[in-house]
Amino acid sequence: MILVWFIIVPAAGGLLAWFLGRMNSTWPKWVALSAMVINLITGVFFAFERVGSTGPWLAEIQLPWVPQLGIGFFLATDSLSLVLVLLTALMGIMAVASAWTEINERTGFFYFNLLWVLAGITGVFLALDLFLFYFFWELMLVPMYFIIAIWGHENRVYAASKFFLFTQMSGLLMLVAILGLYFVHGRSTGTYTFDYMQLLGTSLSPATAMWLMLGFFIAFAVKLPAVPFHSWLPDAHTEAPTAGSVILAGLLLKTGAYGLLRFVVPLFPVAAAEFSPVAMILAAVSILYGALQALGQTDLKKLIAYTSVSHMGFVLLGIFAWNRLALQGAVMQIICHGISTGALFILVGALQERIHTRDLNRMGGLWSIMPRMGAAVMLFSLASLGLPGLGNFIGEFLVLLGAFRASVPLTVVASLGFITACVYSLWIVQRTFHGPNREGWKSPDLSIRETAVMAVMTVLIVWLGLFPQPVFTFVNPSLARLERIAAGSRHAMQIDGPITAVLPAQAFEAAFSQHGECP
Amino acid sequence: MTPADLSVISPLICVGAAAIAVMLMVAVHRSYVTTFLLTMTGLAAAVATLPWRAGAAHHPLPLLVFDGYAALFTGLLVTAAAGSLLFAFGYLRKYESNREEFFILMLLATLGAVVLASGNHFASFFLGIELLSVSLYALVAYPHKTDAHTEAGVKYLVLAAVSSAFILFGMALIYADTGSMVIDRIGPALRGMPLRGGDPWLLAGLAMMLVGIGFKLGLVPFHLWTPDVYQGAPAPVTAFVATVSKGGVLAALLRLFPPGDIHTGSSLFFVFSAIAIASMLAGNLLALLQNNVKRILAYSSIAHLGYMLVAFLSGRSQGGSAVTFYLMTYFISILGAFGVITVLSAPGREMESIDDYRGLFWRRPWLAGVFSAMVLSLAGLPLAAGFIGKFYLIMAGVGATLWTLVIVLVLSSTVGLYYYLRVLFIFFVKQPEPQGPVAPEQAFSLSGALTLAVLTFLLIWLGVMPAPIFDLIQTVVH
Repeated sequence: MILVWFIIVPAAGGLLAWFLGRMNSTWPKWVALSAMVINLITGVFFAFERVGSTGPWLAEIQLPWVPQLGIGFFLATDSLSLVLVLLTALMGIMAVASAWTEINERTGFFYFNLLWVLAGITGVFLALDLFLFYFFWELMLVPMYFIIAIWGHENRVYAASKFFLFTQMSGLLMLVAILGLYFVHGRSTGTYTFDYMQLLGTSLSPATAMWLMLGFFIAFAVKLPAVPFHSWLPDAHTEAPTAGSVILAGLLLKTGAYGLLRFVVPLFPVAAAEFSPVAMILAAVSILYGALQALGQTDLKKLIAYTSVSHMGFVLLGIFAWNRLALQGAVMQIICHGISTGALFILVGALQERIHTRDLNRMGGLWSIMPRMGAAVMLFSLASLGLPGLGNFIGEFLVLLGAFRASVPLTVVASLGFITACVYSLWIVQRTFHGPNREGWKSPDLSIRETAVMAVMTVLIVWLGLFPQPVFTFVNPSLARLERIAAGSRHAMQIDGPITAVLPAQAFEAAFSQHGECP
Repeated sequence: MTPADLSVISPLICVGAAAIAVMLMVAVHRSYVTTFLLTMTGLAAAVATLPWRAGAAHHPLPLLVFDGYAALFTGLLVTAAAGSLLFAFGYLRKYESNREEFFILMLLATLGAVVLASGNHFASFFLGIELLSVSLYALVAYPHKTDAHTEAGVKYLVLAAVSSAFILFGMALIYADTGSMVIDRIGPALRGMPLRGGDPWLLAGLAMMLVGIGFKLGLVPFHLWTPDVYQGAPAPVTAFVATVSKGGVLAALLRLFPPGDIHTGSSLFFVFSAIAIASMLAGNLLALLQNNVKRILAYSSIAHLGYMLVAFLSGRSQGGSAVTFYLMTYFISILGAFGVITVLSAPGREMESIDDYRGLFWRRPWLAGVFSAMVLSLAGLPLAAGFIGKFYLIMAGVGATLWTLVIVLVLSSTVGLYYYLRVLFIFFVKQPEPQGPVAPEQAFSLSGALTLAVLTFLLIWLGVMPAPIFDLIQTVVH
């Protein structure tokens, strides 16, 4: 039942915020904030209560919904889902905080949309009935469209429509793939169902499996986004209001990564293994392409948007390398990218609120007037370039370590992304905060509210960088289970096609575990 | 005719009796409210006496068959007609001239649609089509002092009359060839016809009937009247044309070709696929170019009929259920959309330009909210009934492995989203500062507001809890 509450609290909060917004423009903020705080606190308590529980799910709820078609209301969480639900609540709080002074018009409707996006995302992370998953997948789109289209910047309608059409198109392809799987499973076993657990291990002919896998993959690759499906992202991130960018970068992209982890590989292990060279090439291309595009931007927000393409490339690389190291790295990268990029978007939003521009050419010398903001941007830029000691380093390093076992050349190419990351990250700091203050900007430094937000994010990113082990210990059972499921279905199909190890990587693994990073 | 027969066709009798009663009452005493109440009583009685349990086998009538399927469609059509009338009630209050005849015409048109849904003979089929069309000629042009309405009425008259002639000629040819006018007996002869080398008389007859049916449904390439009539007709009549008229003809189509009877590879399958693809693409692409909300909805209705053909072609019981369910969700959404247009319009002053709706959300939040919900449903997004409907259609298509049709459906509905988003966005645009004195916003009728509330509730209920309706449909279709 707690899983339903995770979704109901933001959804009901959204309705309440809308209702109260008609009377008073400050109440909706507090409603939104409390809804997400409630979710975070209950989530953390729930995590501590259930840690180390041995069942397949930490909690689940299964009710009939449309029994005629085999649709059930099936929510369940393992540690992986729970981590992402917690991240959703956390980023939700950050998004509310970042919108606190930025959004002054129609606040009720704004927080309604914000909370409904969050409810949809939470649903995506919890749903294990494929129809329900698709339901939530579509549910989060409309409010996000409104957030961008109504409260966005100059070119908002174009960006919002592009975002919507890309994701809707790919979502429908996924629906066709879901239905394909449903019918194949129904015809071979006689049970027509959308239940994830029952659909696992459906025996498929190689060609069918490949087509269905591609249907899912495209939907998730658009969300992730991977080149060549990324072109909605720079527009949407740039034009969205700060809170929208935080949600997009911090959470919406992660639904794509989660989908790959939870659905694509376990449901179609053989096809995914066959496809993995292509996916990993796409990942490497995304890493480099995103980074190179970032180098060419003068719009600060667009620059950060392109770095997301690059960083999410690591997640894709890690997932399709499909070994424990790479998967741990991907999960870590999902969390840390959410925090660091979310923080950068909040900072850019705060900057734009003060100086009303995002143009790097007009900035410079801001450190002298806003040292606290400068320090925060510096820290999260360093996180973004993968400085050891901050969370992103752990994620990207583990992904590369794992990917090395799958393909050496691609790992080499992907690690080039580190160099470009250094360039653009340092560039952000240098061009904004260093040098002379040519335009004579004057503005107040970070407020107490903003400082508090940054402090929380800083603590988290440093903690994840120094002590990542608790996270790994927590998600390891889930990852192990996903690997078992994938291996099991592969075995059931009598085809042994493990992703071939190129080098004897056990040596690396052993060396790594001595440092206490990997269990 | 035994009493049992009479009880089976009681819905028809109720609607027909109401028409006659209203006609007599208008001759004696004109009272707008009483006429309206009498009309609604007739429709309510028709729904109340639906013979759910009477099987066709027990009561074979020469022209009509009242099985569960006919009962379901009758219920749907009569309810939709009642919905249009509830909107029309507030709308016509602002009309200066004679208003009561409107209800007679609506009742007769509804009767025609119900006859179509239960007809099992070419005679009843044609009778239904003509009752519906002839009433609609007058209804489209009802506020006859306005040129736009009259123009639309004449346009509809000319084209609909031609299409009726096509249907009649087609029937004659088929009768000449098969020697029967009972749909049950003709069906098998039509369905099995191969792509090449079929009987030419039969083929010609079938083609002519399809032209007529395609016209009434507004399918490409017989769709040219749709945008003009949708735009020109008064808003409540447009709602009626979009729901009852098309629904009745669709019911007749399902009667003529029960789902599952069209074999892939037959000439019928080929023709219907081509029509479906053309309708989905043309409807969605042409809607992109429109700046008039009624025309946008007209083109979108072309596309939606195309979607329904996909499930219609997928066959088996699932195809039939999917079409029926989709039709329900479509009825709710389109009635709601035209309902909002109606309550904002008055005879001769239709709110139809997309600019009229600029910033509606900040002026009339409830109305804009309802309209948004309807548009989201038409676009097939979750929490609205259209989401489940579209899902069911795609499911039927995938289940029958009609990949080309499903892919066209997916692609064209993504294109379609673009204009739905445009309409939605217009509601939320910040309004420009008003220039000069602004006309005060009109209050709208209570009946309209209540109907909209009920429709919105149904929209969300079907979108969240479709299971009971699935049960109902599946018992009827099997």
